[in-house]
Amino acid sequence: MTAPTLAPQVEISAPPSGGPALTQPRARLAAGGRVALSLLLPLALAIGWELAVRTGFAQGRLMPPPSQIGATLYALAASGDLWLHVQATLVRVALGFAFGATAGIAVGALTGTLPLARHLLDPTLQALRAVPSLAWVPLFILWLGILETPKVTLIAVGVFFPVYIGVAGAIASVDRKLVEVGRIFRLSKTALARRILLPAILPATLVALRTGLGLGFLFVVAAELMGASEGLGYLLVDGQQFSKADQILAAIIAFACLGKLADALLVALTRPLTRWQDTARETL
Amino acid sequence: MLTIEGLSKTYADGTRALDGIDLSVPQAEIVALIGGSGCGKTTLLRLVAGLDRASAGRIQLDGEGIASPHPGVGLVFQEPRLLPWLSVADNVGFGLAELPKAERAARVSHALERVGLSEHAGRWPRELSGGQQQRVSIARAFVANPRVLLLDEPFSALDAFTRKDLHGHLLALWEEVRPTILIVTHDVGEAVALADRAVVMRPKPGRLDDTIPLPLPRPRNPTSAQTEAATRKILAALDKSLRPKQSVSDIAEPQNANWW
Repeated sequence: MTAPTLAPQVEISAPPSGGPALTQPRARLAAGGRVALSLLLPLALAIGWELAVRTGFAQGRLMPPPSQIGATLYALAASGDLWLHVQATLVRVALGFAFGATAGIAVGALTGTLPLARHLLDPTLQALRAVPSLAWVPLFILWLGILETPKVTLIAVGVFFPVYIGVAGAIASVDRKLVEVGRIFRLSKTALARRILLPAILPATLVALRTGLGLGFLFVVAAELMGASEGLGYLLVDGQQFSKADQILAAIIAFACLGKLADALLVALTRPLTRWQDTARETL
Repeated sequence: MLTIEGLSKTYADGTRALDGIDLSVPQAEIVALIGGSGCGKTTLLRLVAGLDRASAGRIQLDGEGIASPHPGVGLVFQEPRLLPWLSVADNVGFGLAELPKAERAARVSHALERVGLSEHAGRWPRELSGGQQQRVSIARAFVANPRVLLLDEPFSALDAFTRKDLHGHLLALWEEVRPTILIVTHDVGEAVALADRAVVMRPKPGRLDDTIPLPLPRPRNPTSAQTEAATRKILAALDKSLRPKQSVSDIAEPQNANWW
């Protein structure tokens, strides 16, 4: 603190406006600062667009300003329509995810543990996986009609494959060394599966389930676009047919929130199961 | 009494890992298996542990044949191999699932105390150092009260100080239940520090080459004249075992021809 008095005046006044001083606050950015920084771009875009429409620079018919989207969303929520559509979509995703994930885990466990099942089933399943899931839509409609069944089936098919691949792969990559620990202590087949295999494949299985859930939301949109009288996908189609861009965007925002919430719920529910993991997640 | 008679192991690809091993170890003796890499030390341990099947010969523990993992035989692997999803205490108690909860807890806490890790009982394996993890692994094997304990280069990845410390822990546990110990090592100092007898192995195919008795009193002083003499003896035997039986020039010539 005594040094500056000895130094020439110019050098003391220079740093605050100079380049080197800029790096300091950046390094000290706390978590809150980072959140603010991540919101900066979307907020600036939203406010800029709002101003552009208000001042008459842009029309805002095809790309309504945020205030209008918000108003539409609020109106939908107030009338109760939004909940109706959200509920319809969530029920489809939940049912499709439940069926697809259960089947994926069951078949994945089967092919992962039994060589016979692997040689019998895996090639066929891999071939079916190569079919884009949307290609099944016409067939499902032909077979199952246009109500809920084909929609749930499509979602289940979409969820099945990533879960199946994830579980079968996780079983195949269980560390032989840990299995040997089980053998040394003479665990029975079922005890080995319960005490070593199951915990070992859990993390990869949860990742597969998250992927599957994301695909569930992808396919619920596809299913609802094909023809539905309720659901967020219906809001999309309806918005397109009546040129209600604000309604489309409101539905998209609802999708974003639902998807994020569902994923966060899945992560929160399963976090206690993978607390032991020695991964980089906490340091990233 | 652990008896091994005419034990051979040939792998599916035709590699003869072990050929005609005969060894008998009385109860409570500590035997160090020492030899260069590829002389079948680990294969021998895996056969005694019942993890692999022998091609010929037999292994008996107090007259009982061993062909699959046996409750009287414990194994400490080269790596700790702790189950990362279990706490330190649960890892130690992993082999005691059939015991009533109270007895299991008592035995686990006693074993953890003996390896000096009582205060780490509730932690995850990932939070321990390599030496601590290996101590957990030794406790896990000891807690099942094996009659024979096999150790496969258990301290090879650790620094000299940690290793010396672990030798102490191992001997303390051994004093308590006095199992037969077969320890594979490539560290002559380790053999002299622990064993009653060093068995030197020779590679291709793996055979027992020489036996050096180590009748030194415990605790052993690594710098005493006795231990130094024993170390020299083992080193000489090792040197002999690594030199091929045929005259050196026979083997050396083709090797030299291809060298460039």
